[in-house]
Amino acid sequence: MIDPNLFQLICFYAFGVVTVGAALAVITLKNSVHAVLALVLTFFSTACIWLLAEAEFLAIALIVVYVGAVMVLFLFVVMMLDIKQEQVREGFIRYLPVGIVVALVMLVEMLALIGVRAMQAIPMGANPAAAAGMSNTAWLGTALYTQYLLPFEIAALILTVGVVAAVALTLRQRADRRHESASQQVRVNARDRVRIVKMAAEQPARTTAQPQQPGDQEAKP
Amino acid sequence: MGEQILNQLVWPIIYILCIAVPLILAVAMFVYWERKVIGWMHVRMGPNKIGPLGLLQAFADVVKLLIKEVILPSSANRFLYYLAPLLALVPAFAAWAVIPFGERMVLSNANAGVLYLLAMTSLGVYGIILAGWASNSRYALLGAMRSAAQVISYELAMGLCLVCVLVLAGSLNLTDIVHAQAGGKGFLDWFWLPLLPVFVIYFISGVAETNRAPFDVAEGESEIVAGFHVEYSGSAFAIFFLAEYANMILVSFLASVLFLGGWLSPFQGWITADVSPWVNWIWTGGFIWLFIKAFLFAFMFLWFRASFPRYRYDQIMRLGWKVFIPIAIAWVLVAGCMKYFGWVSIGTGV
Repeated sequence: MIDPNLFQLICFYAFGVVTVGAALAVITLKNSVHAVLALVLTFFSTACIWLLAEAEFLAIALIVVYVGAVMVLFLFVVMMLDIKQEQVREGFIRYLPVGIVVALVMLVEMLALIGVRAMQAIPMGANPAAAAGMSNTAWLGTALYTQYLLPFEIAALILTVGVVAAVALTLRQRADRRHESASQQVRVNARDRVRIVKMAAEQPARTTAQPQQPGDQEAKP
Repeated sequence: MGEQILNQLVWPIIYILCIAVPLILAVAMFVYWERKVIGWMHVRMGPNKIGPLGLLQAFADVVKLLIKEVILPSSANRFLYYLAPLLALVPAFAAWAVIPFGERMVLSNANAGVLYLLAMTSLGVYGIILAGWASNSRYALLGAMRSAAQVISYELAMGLCLVCVLVLAGSLNLTDIVHAQAGGKGFLDWFWLPLLPVFVIYFISGVAETNRAPFDVAEGESEIVAGFHVEYSGSAFAIFFLAEYANMILVSFLASVLFLGGWLSPFQGWITADVSPWVNWIWTGGFIWLFIKAFLFAFMFLWFRASFPRYRYDQIMRLGWKVFIPIAIAWVLVAGCMKYFGWVSIGTGV
């Protein structure tokens, strides 16, 4: 039987290859809907890698938030936009130097971070969740709501402010806007809508009951 | 080595088949039951020609769909067009892995079970969106758009309802959630009582999530023919159908597990007699109770369909965003208070 550690390593590299391949596909595919789907695959395989690292909460949260909600909205927008492929291609060479510069800066920053960690020789500590004898999710919840309560609350507040700001920016009040009030509709009575008027019959009833031809009455008003 | 393969490969596959095959049969019978029930509510007979009482109608439909041709519309995206039904079906079946049918009767007793369920139900929308887009049809695209907006909106309300359950149960594990509803007061110990508004919201959101009447604007026949699956025929259509009904049964089971005590008996704690293993389940609980509860919810899906006219699109959005989400957020606070001040007794397990 295969050694479990070796199997985990094989899985890691397999997921890694899929992640990198999908990420490359995001920026090379011509069809923008396909590119969005490649991004979904990138997130999905990243979640798989995190599951390998026993970060189950992060992995599932990534799928729920990004794959389940954010990317659906992305797909939504991309489908509606109907982007012309040629226009997208046009700027490729022109913006290539800028892109390379940005990529290089990011690479240097990441290497610097790795270097700092290596110099300080911070070892990756033992899995705190396993040490506490809890599942990853339970430990994360306990830590967030006890040790890191204030930063967590501040982050939540900033997000709420962001939502309010987004709504305030896009809200347009128009004077001629017509809308209906559901509570008003529910509270409406039959009496408000229909008025029954009692009135005398206009024609006196016929005294002589003569059988008439059908259609005769409509012809003579 | 042989034993290892048996334990890690063969038994799980047998367990999976033990869930998936009855599920497919349940979908077939559910379709029959739906047509019968709606028929009775319309004062009609419903299907009654094929087999005794029309019981074989669903199988006749399946055979008919399977031998029909799958038509690919012109200039449709071939790969995504065939992928979309599978993307709809896989999450609908994968979610069943964490449903506990009884004490220790669960395929995967995952600690993050509720999160996994949320992830799986949110993946189902991809099948619908891609089907709409890949079909190269206006009607299908409109249906997909409506469906995506609706599913995302109601997922928020559904997620908040789950948060209330989690706060009370103190666990993401579905088996633990059922255990938290155990107690000596029978069905009054279940979460439906302290979480009554949330319970109602959860089930209505479940109806909206599965695109069922009265929230079925995604396939509103009168406006956009059949919505996202208008171009699908034969077995591809059958897969969408299977996914939709599997999701309905899933929502019924989830509502039972989260709010009606799963496999627990409504008379739990009232009777302590030990008669015989064949009778004891009536008060100690067993998977039959879960099936009865799930059946009631599944029946309500059909009842809704026969009773209510379709919601208008803006009414659906208003109900989700302006009614359900505020109530659910408020009830998260109420549930927190219940837990903190100990207003609700939480069972700790059997």
